[in-house]
Amino acid sequence: MSKFKPGGKKDEPEVSTASLPDIIFMLLFFFMVVTVMRESELKIKVKTPQATELTKLQEKSLVNYIHIGRPTKNYQEQYGTSPKIQLGDKISDIEDIPLFLENHKASVPEKLQFKITTSLKVDSDVTMGIVTDVKEKLRKSGQVKVNYSAKKRTEDL
Amino acid sequence: MARVRAKDRLKNEVNAGSMADIAFLLLIFFLVTTTILEDSGILVKLPEWSEEPPEDVRLNTRNIYSVLVNANNDLLVRKTPMAVRELREDTKLFITNPNNDPTLSDSPKQAIVSLKNDRGTSYNAYMEVYNELRAAYNEIWDEQAQIRYGKNYDDCTKAEQKGVRDDFPLVISEAESTNFGEES
Repeated sequence: MSKFKPGGKKDEPEVSTASLPDIIFMLLFFFMVVTVMRESELKIKVKTPQATELTKLQEKSLVNYIHIGRPTKNYQEQYGTSPKIQLGDKISDIEDIPLFLENHKASVPEKLQFKITTSLKVDSDVTMGIVTDVKEKLRKSGQVKVNYSAKKRTEDL
Repeated sequence: MARVRAKDRLKNEVNAGSMADIAFLLLIFFLVTTTILEDSGILVKLPEWSEEPPEDVRLNTRNIYSVLVNANNDLLVRKTPMAVRELREDTKLFITNPNNDPTLSDSPKQAIVSLKNDRGTSYNAYMEVYNELRAAYNEIWDEQAQIRYGKNYDDCTKAEQKGVRDDFPLVISEAESTNFGEES
């Protein structure tokens, strides 16, 4: 009468774990792709201020970063404590900015060059003097799209 | 004989169970090292550089909303001290001028926000002020979009946004910084 094998319980199939690695690998690949290894160590302390009117920057390849801040403890002997500019992985002078921009520009297809944005990652403790100088240099180099990097502010002023 | 073989084949399967462990290990490594860098900030367009000194344009003072931030991070708005907290509402009032106050702007199109800071102003204070000025415009745009199209500014089409922006153009002009309090 029964269509089922008597004693069929005996070889009850276990849940196959063979696909588990696939799932994990999928996650793995996702994280491998989105991971950006910090390519340059920051020699200066940068804690960006908070703001509310934020725009998100798309397309990382079209963005170059200029960090401004005070050297961290390890580098204070070498560079002092007054605010410094870091381009790429080394502390630089304002005069190096045009070359830095040019180098980045060369890596961008010509059609997209007008979209290049400079993200200023400036420490909130820095005074405007150095920022003004950098801004002036950027304008002289024809790089007018600038982003003042900031974090989302949640509490009221 | 044949039966033994079948059994053998079953046993010969590589145990894939540990594969998951290996993958997990890698996964955890990448999870830990990942920093989904998301850069956000206030996007501005700096004015183009020109060697010639800017033209001397005389503007009616009622159309200028001058904001000064000194080296002590104090705010002076139209010659009166103000807290950053009040800046947003005051800016909106100045630009829209709903009651046609003769001391406020003629029309939003003529309104100019002039921001001036010292080289000794802290970046944090500058950003706070700049953020408030931007917020004032964003709120005005949002309100206008609500009135005209019944939706938020961000949800409007490009053309609709442009229409709103043309009537309330964002003009934040930055004068050259003074230098009284720069640290050495």
